[in-house]
Amino acid sequence: MTPTIEAVGVRKRFGEVTALDGLDIVAEPGQVVALLGPNGAGKTTFVRAVATLLRPDSGALRVAGVDAVADPRRVRRLIGLAGQFAAVEGAMTGRENLDMVARLFGLDRRAARAAADRVLRQLGLEEHGDRLVRTYSGGLRRRLDLGASLVGTPRVLLLDEPTTGLDPRSRIELWSVIRELVEQGTDMLLTTQYLNEADELADLIAIVDRGRVVAAGSPRELKARAGRDVVEVHVHDRESVAAAARVLAPLGVGEPRADAATRLVSIAVDSGSERLLESVRALAEQEVAVEDIALRRPTLDEVFLALTGTSAARPEDEKVTSP
Amino acid sequence: MTAAVVQAPPGAGVLSSLSAVAKRSLLKYRRTPQVLFVSAVQGVAFMLIFRYAFGGAIESGTLSYVDYLVPGVATAGVLFSGGVSAVGIAEDAGQGLYDRLKSLPMAHTAILGGRVLADTVLVAWCLLAATLTAFLIGFRVHTNFFAGLAAFGVVVLFGMAFVWVFVALGLLSAANPQAAQGLGFLVLPLSFASSAYVPVHTMPDWLRAIAEHQPVTVAVNAARTLTQGAPAEALAGGTAGHFTLLAVLWSIGISVVFGGIAVARIRKR
Ligand SMILES: Nc1ncnc2c1ncn2[C@@H]1O[C@H](COP(=O)(O)OP(=O)(O)O)[C@@H](O)[C@H]1O
Ligand SMILES: [Mg+2]
Repeated sequence: MTPTIEAVGVRKRFGEVTALDGLDIVAEPGQVVALLGPNGAGKTTFVRAVATLLRPDSGALRVAGVDAVADPRRVRRLIGLAGQFAAVEGAMTGRENLDMVARLFGLDRRAARAAADRVLRQLGLEEHGDRLVRTYSGGLRRRLDLGASLVGTPRVLLLDEPTTGLDPRSRIELWSVIRELVEQGTDMLLTTQYLNEADELADLIAIVDRGRVVAAGSPRELKARAGRDVVEVHVHDRESVAAAARVLAPLGVGEPRADAATRLVSIAVDSGSERLLESVRALAEQEVAVEDIALRRPTLDEVFLALTGTSAARPEDEKVTSP
Repeated sequence: MTAAVVQAPPGAGVLSSLSAVAKRSLLKYRRTPQVLFVSAVQGVAFMLIFRYAFGGAIESGTLSYVDYLVPGVATAGVLFSGGVSAVGIAEDAGQGLYDRLKSLPMAHTAILGGRVLADTVLVAWCLLAATLTAFLIGFRVHTNFFAGLAAFGVVVLFGMAFVWVFVALGLLSAANPQAAQGLGFLVLPLSFASSAYVPVHTMPDWLRAIAEHQPVTVAVNAARTLTQGAPAEALAGGTAGHFTLLAVLWSIGISVVFGGIAVARIRKR
């Protein structure tokens, strides 16, 4: 079958900045693809290219087989975009917002009304549909914005950081909405800075760094690819964190990671079970107060670190910034 | 294929795109009474200030002072109401509205065209408030009803041209509402160096050369001659027909140039 999105060597420069540096990706029908990368990696630029908002300098970009550079108007009939900021009008009701978008998709009055009703139902927004959007919470606005991108029954939905800026509860609600859409068969390209979000939602994760895909695969494949097991120690008190890190350092590969707040120290190791025993012994000898010690598979966070050399954001780290 | 085959929607033509986008802005204005109130108050306040602060200090030939002043103040007023557009455009751009609209299979010229239509309605509203005030403080149309209506139309058209100017400037000020706000002051020199408040023959020669020919003077003269007839034509040095034609041409010219810049800007990708 024709891929929903097919990008080959897509490049885009803004003056001195190379935002996309030969990005390749293929999204098959029935897949949710997550572009995972730090701020400035080029995620938004790629989404904007797919959405025909900007023209790549070079490379090929097709959406459901249609050339996004040569035939943008046809691509626009196939996509739904929910950008980084919720683009809904506060002085209109939820229903009116959806209705406007439906009219702009070329639906007549009746079909537009039906589409708005369908989307309100789909996103569980029926009871809010006739309220002015300026009375909505941030989570509801995002949900409505997602709805607006669904009005044209798109072949592929483009979601640029759909949950950035939401509180944890709204984030989880939006995830379940997105999952329902996936179950109904909507193909999706989403971007995120959050590993757990990509892990939760995507079939295919493409890790993007400095404008290119540095690794791609299912969450499981990516974890396996980074290879090494991790010895993770939960120490008794903050003072023991540094001591544990010192003790573990010679046993592992690379530097240990120590987090005073959670009292967790972890280190990547070869031949896991042997090193686990050695770790237990060494910690006991040095009388480091340990609550818990375990061997586990790497998290996506560690995969990310291994592949890009920078740490990805977690929702908890997020600073509230106003646009 | 097993999945339901969904027909891709056709996309909207120019007219339905224009009406959907204009409707959005109009609903926004109607449901934000501050906007309607402020723009009406602005129209009223201009009239009152110029009527009473400047008193009769202006030499206006055989025209009564009020009849001279009102067409000028009304025309200058619509320039200022265009400033709202610059701010609104910059706000919309900052909130990602244009990304959403540009990703839709609609006529992209209508993204701005619809906005300008709605803002022109706002200009007409502001002008209506100013005109009603003018009648209360002693202004009269000394020609006939239809000439008066034509004057209203010419001023609204001229206002629309300046909405395009502000839309273009708002887009160029790159999603920055504060910068856009500052642009409003650009119309100050344009309105003062015109026949809006004082006859141009009272100005120093160098200024007069500019003032006589610039579009604000032309539009003011059109409104003044259309509403006041012969005495105004004598003062302005041309017939109502002459100034009306020129004002319409200026309005079209300004709209085409700045509309062209704005549309090219929004279609760029
Ligand atoms: N319109 C633009 N003009 C100039 N530079 C831009 C523009 N858009 C993005 N960039 C730059 O391109 C790089 C990638 O940006 P972006 O695609 O927004 O990254 P992400 O969405 O992953 O955070 C960044 O360095 C950013 O500053
Ligand atoms: Mg981004």
